[in-house]
Amino acid sequence: MIEIRVDGQPIAVCPGANLLEACLAAGIYIPHLCHLPGLPAAASCRLCFVALGDRPDPVPACTVAVQPGLEVLTDTPAVRRLQRSALELLLSAHTIDCRRCPANRRCALQRIARFLKVPLKRPDLPPLDPPGGPPGTGGELVVDPSHCVLCGRCVRTCRRLHGHSRLTFAGRGQRTVVTDWVETGPAIRCTDCGACIEVCPVGAIRLAPGANDPES
Amino acid sequence: MLLNPSAAPPPTEPEVLETLGGIVARFDRRRALLVPILQAVQAQCAYLPPETMPLVGRHLGIAASEVYGVASFYNQFRFFPPGRHPIRICLGTACHVKAGDIILENFERKLGIQEGQTTADREFSLERVACVGCCALAPVAIVGETVHGHMQPSKVEGLLLQIQIAREKAQREAAAASPQAEDPSDD
Repeated sequence: MIEIRVDGQPIAVCPGANLLEACLAAGIYIPHLCHLPGLPAAASCRLCFVALGDRPDPVPACTVAVQPGLEVLTDTPAVRRLQRSALELLLSAHTIDCRRCPANRRCALQRIARFLKVPLKRPDLPPLDPPGGPPGTGGELVVDPSHCVLCGRCVRTCRRLHGHSRLTFAGRGQRTVVTDWVETGPAIRCTDCGACIEVCPVGAIRLAPGANDPES
Repeated sequence: MLLNPSAAPPPTEPEVLETLGGIVARFDRRRALLVPILQAVQAQCAYLPPETMPLVGRHLGIAASEVYGVASFYNQFRFFPPGRHPIRICLGTACHVKAGDIILENFERKLGIQEGQTTADREFSLERVACVGCCALAPVAIVGETVHGHMQPSKVEGLLLQIQIAREKAQREAAAASPQAEDPSDD
């Protein structure tokens, strides 16, 4: 075990451990959306920024392996500014209708917004049209593009569990969506494992009506 | 650009499917050849039929969804066959300023398809283009080979009606020329 200092507080971690995981395990909350323990860092949500003692600019904590004597600050003005603007960008393309959302109260966005004191609703910004038409290609899974934050947890989880991913990013830029592709051959069948629904931080994935529910 | 159930591409003809298999078989099974394979398919078929994704996926040992992910990233790939009357809406700078997007929206609504799609009867396909070089006529729509300048939302319906009337006239003439041929009953 080695010792690092997070916000002046010493914590003991295994050498080479992931900084984000180490902080979370020590009870120090860092906002994060896309990280999946055990998988290479995607660093796509741009939320888990921390300031490291020896670096001029904040870096995503999920990309850092701890070294002895590491000095970490999680609450500097530069860190919070980056986190707030990343969250505001995510919220700008997210339909805020929490009361009718199935993920209400367990939504990662709600938690992070509360933590960073960012308002969920911005009446001064016009809402964006969700990209594309009706989501998906008619498979068992429906990904709602107006709620999806494009963290890619579902895509990476499916790939880890099944070798191939049924879900994929399609399109690009503002019109990127996560969608599934109906396989006509026997190559890949959705196994109904429900793992993608489970890992979605914002409840954007659900089974299409008619598909059997893994929870039932 | 996205496939959606409300406007799925029309079923692929059997001969297209056959060429598809031939094209894919010409390539090595290397992941790096994904884009060249897709380009070859599009060069032959003028679009990527939905069967392309699983076929190419199996050939390269990757998921069909991954093939779709790559193909949908590039603007050059289309997932709908070109219509008999391709409609291209200019959204270059001048047409953008003159609200070309409203013209596009009107076509989308009237045809019931989205940009990048083709109507189920393969009559019309809708596309956006950057600049067609006649900015003084903005906003511009190109229907088939004809450039329509100074477009207005109110002109959209008339344009489509004109094409429909011309088609019905041609059908009547064809029917008159060969009276024994069966009458196209529906429509």
